[in-house]
Amino acid sequence: MSAVAPDTHLPATGGARVPPPAPRSKPPGTLVVVAALLRKELLVELRTLESVPGMSLFAVSTFVVFHFALNRSSVDGDLAAGVLWVTLLFAAMLGVNRLFVADAEQGGFDGFLLAPVDRSAMLAAKVLALLAYLIVLELVAVPAFGLLLLGPSLGHALPGLLAVLALADVGIAVIGTLIAALAVRTRARDLLGPLLALPLLVPVVIGAARASSPLLALGGHGGVGGVPIKWLATLGLYDLVFGLIVYAVFEFLLED
Amino acid sequence: MNSRGLRVLSISTVAAFCVSLCLVFFYAPIEAEEGFLQKIFYLHVPLAIVSLCGFVIGALLAIAHLRTGDQRWDLRSYVAIHMSLIFGVGVLLTGSIWARGSWGHWWVWSEPTLVSFLIVFLLYATYQPLRFAIEDPERQARYASVFAITAGAFVPLNFLAVRLSSSYLHPRVLGSSSNLPAPMALTFVVSLAAMALLFATLCSYEMTAKRTRILLKSRSRILGYR
Amino acid sequence: MAGHGVTTIAPRPSSPGTGDLEDEPALRLDGLTRNYGEREALSDVSLSLETGRTLVVFGPNGAGKTTLLRVLATLLRPHSGDVEVLGCSLPEDAWAVRGRIGLLGHEPLLYRELTARENLRFHARLHGVEQARVQELLEAIGMTDRAEEPLRTLSRGMVQRVAVARAVLHAPALLLLDEPYANLDPAAIGLVAGLIGAQSARTRVVCSHNPAGGLAEADLVLGLRAGRPVLLCAAADVGPGEIAELYR
Repeated sequence: MSAVAPDTHLPATGGARVPPPAPRSKPPGTLVVVAALLRKELLVELRTLESVPGMSLFAVSTFVVFHFALNRSSVDGDLAAGVLWVTLLFAAMLGVNRLFVADAEQGGFDGFLLAPVDRSAMLAAKVLALLAYLIVLELVAVPAFGLLLLGPSLGHALPGLLAVLALADVGIAVIGTLIAALAVRTRARDLLGPLLALPLLVPVVIGAARASSPLLALGGHGGVGGVPIKWLATLGLYDLVFGLIVYAVFEFLLED
Repeated sequence: MNSRGLRVLSISTVAAFCVSLCLVFFYAPIEAEEGFLQKIFYLHVPLAIVSLCGFVIGALLAIAHLRTGDQRWDLRSYVAIHMSLIFGVGVLLTGSIWARGSWGHWWVWSEPTLVSFLIVFLLYATYQPLRFAIEDPERQARYASVFAITAGAFVPLNFLAVRLSSSYLHPRVLGSSSNLPAPMALTFVVSLAAMALLFATLCSYEMTAKRTRILLKSRSRILGYR
Repeated sequence: MAGHGVTTIAPRPSSPGTGDLEDEPALRLDGLTRNYGEREALSDVSLSLETGRTLVVFGPNGAGKTTLLRVLATLLRPHSGDVEVLGCSLPEDAWAVRGRIGLLGHEPLLYRELTARENLRFHARLHGVEQARVQELLEAIGMTDRAEEPLRTLSRGMVQRVAVARAVLHAPALLLLDEPYANLDPAAIGLVAGLIGAQSARTRVVCSHNPAGGLAEADLVLGLRAGRPVLLCAAADVGPGEIAELYR
């Protein structure tokens, strides 16, 4: 390792004071890096407000469209689960499309790739960021759904629904991050993203919709006990399998 | 693959198909419930099995590509997936015909295998648009391999999810393939073998054609530029 | 004079002593080749650069200068040939040498929505550098009064200054600079010269379009055309006229 010479004997030039070299630092731990990346993500999102308001507004508008398209004032059971999950899925696609755009356009990939850190830190940070966006989306969309379209009361359904939302969100976040990274450096990125992600997310839709449907039924069961365990298990399995696969392949998308 | 190998493959494929067709039309009994139309089962199911195996093989070849960085694995992966997609069109067409004959509709949602296949098909249909949207050849190959691996893992999960979601199972000959009567089982196995040979032959032809084209391009480049 | 062989430069008597007793060259390339599809972006580049010296790379657009820089920065893998940067062989040991390299490319690698301070803090965290250094560098580049404004409100020259700060934040031993003085006015050039110029006493690889200015800083000169090294010699042995020939 070549040492950088102390600058004390170099002449100062044109007003620039050359700072002494930093003490040789250890490469930061992965958790620190994930935290730094996540913090940067959320900061950029807070400043630009590019993803989350758009996703939330889209979801509410979609509920209105459904009202007119289905010609119904209230939905329940299967129909309610379907409307909710289709809307959440398509709103999520908007967030997925924007996930890596700032990095691709402003050289954020290179900046990260030059750092002496584990590359999967970027995957972890982006998944967590997307998860955060999805949570905020649902904080807006689910009450809006309860208000605008849902027949039965939302309150009863909520505990079980939260479990379903949590598991489904992880799946959407994991696949969404992979597809976002895949699509961002291609030509038709806004089109290719949803095209790739939607078939991959069909099992999530199946699991989430089937799990939500008894919760949202008239005279619904509510509570976590009302959710058929097999659907939560399916969602959990999906999250686990794809979590591992995406973790294994993500690095290949970054390097050149 | 050299021309002798290709010839052997082609001949065995044609032979296998002849045997299989004979068995289908002259040996296998006519199924009680569905009648003559049921024989499309010997085309539809082997197509489906070979196609799905092709997708999974494509994923395995993609893993080899990412591990070794050798572009030839990527070429093989591409050909396997491409061919499986074409076979997939056959699956959907024969499935639709069968549905029309058996249940009166050109499409039925109650057949979980067919439905799963549709989803898998829609996914892999994006493989080529994805490739052509990336200009850098090395990055294109790498991204395609990542996609192939993810999609390959998706296939079994998808089948499981759709199977679970299907609230009723139509009486299907596919579901009871393990207790097929002996003549039907034999016919099925031979048809499957013929289809697998067809897949291998077509893939070999496509690989050879592509390799030749690459060789031609690099030779002409050498002659032209140096 | 065109040469493909490995070339080493004898130390100039008047050069500031680096006090460095490294025997190994900071940079050693042997037959480096990098393809883009069928085209060769870099073809058979070989050279050796000692610690503390400056290599200046000339060549028209598309000659492969940026590709060379990116290979040295471990952002691109060499397709064939040997590459040794700071004693580490690429691509196998790329992870060991990241963090000792500073890259200043055409892109500032900064987020437009964040402020200068936030950007530098972010990079400091990525490299495990203490936060106090951010303030030091902001002072060195003369940006302390504009440090809390989003970069998109700053001029290109100011953004370039922040990019310089980012490149040297982690005190890299090797600097890779792609036309570093573009967009900078003379005052700003003076400010950053101490950080990335010849006085910085770091090993440097600089891409330049300015024959006279580039030569003045160089110890070793490399001329590229269409990915091929057509000129490789000590700076003392070549004049601006020959450099200009490259661009014809």
